[in-house]
Amino acid sequence: MTNDSPPTSALDLAAEFLDRRTPLDRVRGVLHRYPAVSPAVVLVLAIIVFGSINSRFFAPSNLSLILDQVSVVGTVAIAQTLIILTAGIDLSVGAAMILSSMVMAQTAFQNGLPAPIALFLGLVAALAAGALNGFLVTRVKLPPFIATLGTLNVFIALTLLYSGGQTVRKAEMPELMTWTASAFPIGDVRMTVGVIIMIGLYVLVAYALGRTAWGRHVYAVGDDAEAARLAGISTGRVLMSVYVAAGAVLAVAAWIQIGRSGAASPNAGADLNLDSITAVVIGGTSLFGGRGVIWGTLLGAIIVGVFRNGLFLAGVDGLYQTLAIGILIIVAVAVDQWIRKVRK
Amino acid sequence: MSLIEEVTEPTPTPAGVPVLEAKRLVKTFGRVVGLDGVSLKVHAGEVLAIIGDNGAGKSTLIKCLTGAYIPDEGQLLLDGQEVSFKRPQDARDAGIETVYQNLAVSPALDVASNLFLGRERRKPGIAGSIFRALDTSGMRKEAREQVLKLGISTLQDVTVAVENLSGGQRQAVAVARAAAFGSKVVVLDEPTAALGVRESNQVLELIIRLREQGVPVILISHNMPQVFQVADRIHIQRLGKRAATITPQSHSMTDAVAIMTGAATA
Repeated sequence: MTNDSPPTSALDLAAEFLDRRTPLDRVRGVLHRYPAVSPAVVLVLAIIVFGSINSRFFAPSNLSLILDQVSVVGTVAIAQTLIILTAGIDLSVGAAMILSSMVMAQTAFQNGLPAPIALFLGLVAALAAGALNGFLVTRVKLPPFIATLGTLNVFIALTLLYSGGQTVRKAEMPELMTWTASAFPIGDVRMTVGVIIMIGLYVLVAYALGRTAWGRHVYAVGDDAEAARLAGISTGRVLMSVYVAAGAVLAVAAWIQIGRSGAASPNAGADLNLDSITAVVIGGTSLFGGRGVIWGTLLGAIIVGVFRNGLFLAGVDGLYQTLAIGILIIVAVAVDQWIRKVRK
Repeated sequence: MSLIEEVTEPTPTPAGVPVLEAKRLVKTFGRVVGLDGVSLKVHAGEVLAIIGDNGAGKSTLIKCLTGAYIPDEGQLLLDGQEVSFKRPQDARDAGIETVYQNLAVSPALDVASNLFLGRERRKPGIAGSIFRALDTSGMRKEAREQVLKLGISTLQDVTVAVENLSGGQRQAVAVARAAAFGSKVVVLDEPTAALGVRESNQVLELIIRLREQGVPVILISHNMPQVFQVADRIHIQRLGKRAATITPQSHSMTDAVAIMTGAATA
């Protein structure tokens, strides 16, 4: 609270006195107001530490590798962020993305459809998957955790049934399907189309969340759904739009995934369900909804990539990478709990 | 259309016609009669308090006025014109704003965003129509003017998140929102129930300021001293009916309680 005018009464003086805060409270206040600050600090520290351990870390080829490795989970995490902002969670993002990618690949390979139509059909599949989750949450009133645990299995089964367990290889698909893997040099860093599309999506979603009424409503619904309803917001419609928008984002992730792995495999991406939650949580978005920024998620995804890459370059066993990520998650959520105590 | 203009220049109500009038409202729930032919009137620049024991029909009456319930029988007149509200949004669109007792504000959003929650304004031109950009600076400016006009000195920074405010300040945000858009009537349902003494007084001051600006206020409260402090007239509900309408001048608090409990009649 900023109160620059002189206090006018003894009561105001008392309020002024009560308002005095310790430096730690101030830090907490800043973190509370700017949720992306903590992941930004972690990322800078991680880069300094890993860069000083192994100078190859800063090689342009290594930096572009990190970004490329982050592109799929970074995109999936956009969808996850939207849902977590509404105080939900989506365990089915990875499965829905793979379903979408198999529809894209199979309709192009088996049915011989042109790439744009195949990609569009994959988008339709992802939108339908999002709409199903949205329907279960808003109409059937299932908790998002349970609804998406169910659809996770449904999507995995549908993917395997539809694809017959077959992987579609790069050579079997039109070129546009794997276009996301082609690279542009930006300076010495080699940027793939997938990375650029991911960053473009972040810009788009940041705009939608920060500058439109829809974004305000997403935060309001996640923050306090009852208060949002009383303010005249149609909370069901907002939730539905979030799940469908998440589906659209997952279709883009599916396209990037096909390019990155050079194939569409029904068994890929099982880790993405939880990895996307990891990126969101490390990025400072609250699992309780209503608090967080999309850029934090990008930082969170990059932090995970930097940790894995830096520990690998430092010659640390892969199991310790997983251990480090686990500790990072616990610390991030603990910090979030501490920050949320600002609420009186 | 400016937010501020809505408040300073309400659509003129013909002199003598109540801004809001309810005629013989009946609302039943199965065999339970919630409202049994209740009438009330509110005029411009007046605070009408509604008191009554639990189960007397206060909430049912308010919900019928604000579109949360549809009365089975009876009429609602706004500026002398008959209206019917199918849902709360209809009443809101007609200029009847309600403040709920459970501090219905969104904690993580700032004061300005809360004032405009659910009716955000977009930028003029293609930025607003095609890119749907919010007019954030414009809304903040008007939020600041609204807060200033209501004399809420403790809410100087409209960009501060509501969760950093005290309970009284949060309620002030809710009241300011109702006042900003409630061009006809502002309904306050137990606005001080969750607040301390000092914070309650801030809200009561706000109610008096709303009256000074000519906006009629309907106040539901259990707190007799507060009711007698701000109300011009007091509507007493008892067993689903209006037991009496009194004024703080004509009756004492003891009389009001006696009428509420059926120990006396007006």
